[in-house]
Amino acid sequence: MAQPEQQVGNVPPRVPKGTRPYWVEPTVTAVVFGLFVLYSLWETLFHHNGVYGNYISPFFSPQLGRWLGMKDFIAIPVVWAPFLFRATCYYYRKEYNRAWFWHPAGCAVSEPRARKYTGETRFPFSWANLHRYFWYLAVIVLMFLWKDTIQAFIFPGGFAVNVGSLLFLLNAVLLTFYTFSCHAFRHIVGGRQNCYSCTLGPNAGKPTASYRVWNLVSRWNLRHGAWAWASLFSVWAVDVYVRLLILHVIHDVRLF
Amino acid sequence: MSEEIIILSVFRGDADGGQEQEYRVPLETGMVVLDALHYVQTEYAPDLAVRWNCKAAHCGSCSAEINGMPKLLCKTRLDDYVGQVIHVRPMHAFPLIKDLVTDVSWNYRVAKQIPAFQPSTPAPFVMYQRDVDRIQEFHQCIECFLCQDTCHVLREHEGQERYFGPRMMAKIAEWDMHPMDTKDRTAFLKDVAGIPMCNVTRCCVEVCPEHIVITDNAIIPLKERVADVYWDPIQALFRRFRRPAKTPVPTEPSSAEG
Amino acid sequence: MPSYLADQVNVESIEQHKYDIIIVGAGGAGLRAAIAASEGEQQTVAVVTKSLLGKAHTVMAEGGVAASLANVDSDDSWDTHFYDTMKSGHFINDYRVAEVFAKEVPDRVLELETWGAVFDRTPAGKIMQRPFGAHSFRRLAHIGDRTGKELIRTLQYKAIHQAVDVYQEVTSTALLVDGQGQIAGVFGYYREDGRFVLFRAKAVVLATGGWGKAYKVTSNSWESTGDGAAMAFRVGAELMDMEMVQFHPTGMVWPPGVRGLLVTEGVRGEGGLLYNSQHERFMLRYDPVLQELSSRDVVARSIYKENQAGRGTPHGGAWLDISYKPAEYVKAKLPGMYEQFRTLADVDITREPFEVAPTTHYTMGGLRVQADTCATNVPGLFAAGEVACGLHGANRLGGNSLGDILVFGRRAGMGAREYAAQAEWKQIDPATLEREAARVLAPLTREEGEQPYRLQVELQETMTTYAGMVRSQESLQTGLARLQELEERAARMAVKGGTRAYNPGWHTVFDVQSMLLLGMVIIRGALARQESRGAHWRLDFPEELPEVGAVNFVQRLSGDQIVIEPTPVPKMPAELARLFEHDRAPGVRRRAERNGEGRADR
Repeated sequence: MAQPEQQVGNVPPRVPKGTRPYWVEPTVTAVVFGLFVLYSLWETLFHHNGVYGNYISPFFSPQLGRWLGMKDFIAIPVVWAPFLFRATCYYYRKEYNRAWFWHPAGCAVSEPRARKYTGETRFPFSWANLHRYFWYLAVIVLMFLWKDTIQAFIFPGGFAVNVGSLLFLLNAVLLTFYTFSCHAFRHIVGGRQNCYSCTLGPNAGKPTASYRVWNLVSRWNLRHGAWAWASLFSVWAVDVYVRLLILHVIHDVRLF
Repeated sequence: MSEEIIILSVFRGDADGGQEQEYRVPLETGMVVLDALHYVQTEYAPDLAVRWNCKAAHCGSCSAEINGMPKLLCKTRLDDYVGQVIHVRPMHAFPLIKDLVTDVSWNYRVAKQIPAFQPSTPAPFVMYQRDVDRIQEFHQCIECFLCQDTCHVLREHEGQERYFGPRMMAKIAEWDMHPMDTKDRTAFLKDVAGIPMCNVTRCCVEVCPEHIVITDNAIIPLKERVADVYWDPIQALFRRFRRPAKTPVPTEPSSAEG
Repeated sequence: MPSYLADQVNVESIEQHKYDIIIVGAGGAGLRAAIAASEGEQQTVAVVTKSLLGKAHTVMAEGGVAASLANVDSDDSWDTHFYDTMKSGHFINDYRVAEVFAKEVPDRVLELETWGAVFDRTPAGKIMQRPFGAHSFRRLAHIGDRTGKELIRTLQYKAIHQAVDVYQEVTSTALLVDGQGQIAGVFGYYREDGRFVLFRAKAVVLATGGWGKAYKVTSNSWESTGDGAAMAFRVGAELMDMEMVQFHPTGMVWPPGVRGLLVTEGVRGEGGLLYNSQHERFMLRYDPVLQELSSRDVVARSIYKENQAGRGTPHGGAWLDISYKPAEYVKAKLPGMYEQFRTLADVDITREPFEVAPTTHYTMGGLRVQADTCATNVPGLFAAGEVACGLHGANRLGGNSLGDILVFGRRAGMGAREYAAQAEWKQIDPATLEREAARVLAPLTREEGEQPYRLQVELQETMTTYAGMVRSQESLQTGLARLQELEERAARMAVKGGTRAYNPGWHTVFDVQSMLLLGMVIIRGALARQESRGAHWRLDFPEELPEVGAVNFVQRLSGDQIVIEPTPVPKMPAELARLFEHDRAPGVRRRAERNGEGRADR
């Protein structure tokens, strides 16, 4: 028994009072993500240096390409890992499935049906299941970014705080929250278990370390989307800042 | 209160077709859409078909779509829509029976196929609150099937052959994450229940009247459990040296009993 | 007769199914009966329900299921639970029913846990139990304030994983009996398209719940219209204690659309306090010992009396306040209440007190059954849950109904299984079917007549006004006269312009018929009981009278006449009667003895 086509007659407005039209969010997302991807391509394909003094742009860290003796495209050997970490992130999947593929563009909104929908059963979407591996790689990169952040406070004249240093710090903090609020990490640290207190011996019934970590990650995980957006902009901002310094468009301001 | 009139535009029809019909209903303080529909039944259309039971958002019978959003009729206040015509339509993802009543029997058929909870020992169990907090969230479900209605796999892609839908994922999670459970449902999840069909767009969470975070707390953890087995060679290596924690269940639903 | 009506009055064309056991009703009792009946799988079992599976009124139960698990109060045991139940029932309960209940309910609760129910836990990892009105100990196993949902969901999934067929949205209109008055089957129709269906059965279990919907201000779901009790009464089953209708002290009052909606006793169990408009904790006056956790009849009457004395709230109730507890605690223990008030009444119960007033909640009376098998006096007919009676007497304890459906649902299922094992298939007279089919279709064939929704409202108003919490000879007589008037009009109910396809107007006709019949029985019972006892409060007989309390009023149909018979309350054997020799519950006494006399109060 088929549902009668509901589009005949007066189609009700799909906008409940007090909320934005459903298409606002996916449109903003589509534009911002699109711009970021274009910017990333421009940055990594057309630039061969991401270093200014003690600053290393997050797109170019760690300097694996340089260590391998590469001259061109030196960002490429590393930058794919955090990129795929984001591409397989459960939050980003929601956003780009809505914004780019309109599967669905908004809740209870009709979809284009030209292509057969297969969900995450086939390549490339099925590779989202490898999210945990990209997480491992992203953690390695994150460690280098913290090293870069410390380095961003150590100038030729010793310890100092510049606007750039603070940008690096902010970026590292946001990326840390983003990385450690990850759904796959939440699974690894505790989600895969069914019982957190089922230990034997004198500790039976006491929360395990695994439970404590899982609980903390679960709390961070509630804001995973916010961390995702914030760290996206912070990476962008730091990179733009370093690029502009390299191009001598701006000067780094010393705060104290 | 002064006599304020709201306009309710209700879908009337059956599987052969139909259209919306407008009714004028006087607004009372705190009135919900279901109250307005009862007024319509008493005053204008005794045969207006609407399914409802408790009128307290406990039973999950009165699911429909109000101005395009899947909602419970008994929990949607008319004063949220002041100055608007209120369009009430049946759930889109299920076959229409009449007016606002749809045939939701598919949900009960797939529910039957889920491998049931199987404890290692009979109760009384020693389980701690922190261990059951996670599954008690899923026990809040009232089976209104609004999540099934809004899930685009079922709604837009006729995915009923390929995916059990968010409600059933929460049900599977409820059993699979039970501290005493002994069944391994990963193969079932992947091959029968169709969890890879979900692309985590979270509309089920947006419409859930019980505020269950189905995607993040049920579907994603279950997807990760499937990934443990099918997408993680390192875990697979570890598993070779460990006794399986849970007994796998067959992926083909048994025809004898279901 | 229009053609769409004519085709199916032909008896041969009616869809037929044959099951050893048919269970009518898919609430907790029905599902538990189905699970018990289908164990062993020698017999075929089907559940027939007029709602969808899992939507029955059981989902509305909030506070918990009472069982003497003694997880938090180690002095609790079955005899104390038995004592509390009999005492709150004002001793017109069937002691044997109460005894079986108190002894078995802990096992039934644990069984649910084995099947996947997850109750809140104690710090030691056991099932948590909360205090409730007039229970001597903390006894109610619960999951937040949604315990009924947990029960029905657990039983529902257990049942569908067993060999039980489920017929959803099928309205049963009549029980069918053979020439000897033995059960032969159930007749009904699919709500979806109105087509008839006949279930032939050796045994039928009625688990159709109560008839609280006969009242205007009620906490009951749409489906609590007493269809089962009315159908059984029509084929000769006995109804008992019908005057006993429980008014829950705390229902919502405002806004009008939610008037009567239940506010769980769990609010008071978790520490909620009742105040009148002068900010006085009036329960300290009415029951200094149990206070807010006194039995439901006492608290409901106290709220009523406060209003009579001019100390009521703006909408005629009392203030209930739990806002002095931490907001997080309230949200964790009473999530449903928090949500209910926030969305429906714009009240944040973690910050402010809210209005409550008594609401019709439960029907203690019902089909008279044997304690061990749940058999009624009609051979092959069994009953369990709210539709049956005997356990609760004159007043039900909170949390005892969920235990009731588990214990007696199972026993009814087993009773039916035993009966069906040695029973034959009975003959059904085609003429009966024809008559029933014609009766069911009649409202659709009338061109002009009474509108069922309006009659329903009038009926509900009559019951609330004249046979509600406060009764007198005069009010009951007036009520009865009005019901008789309504009965005449109800014979002419018509559903204009509708077909048999999912037609709620048509469905309402049968609800009205059931409730009218039961309304009369309630009022007759209430007239007969010339005393006040438990939930039954007569202004003209304000005292409990031992000689009236020695009987139950049993009503049955004799020809077209309802006859009412005072029947002696079954007498407890000595070993049970001994429990009541002291004025304190056995467990409370044990604890007092252990701690040394004088420190017995909790």
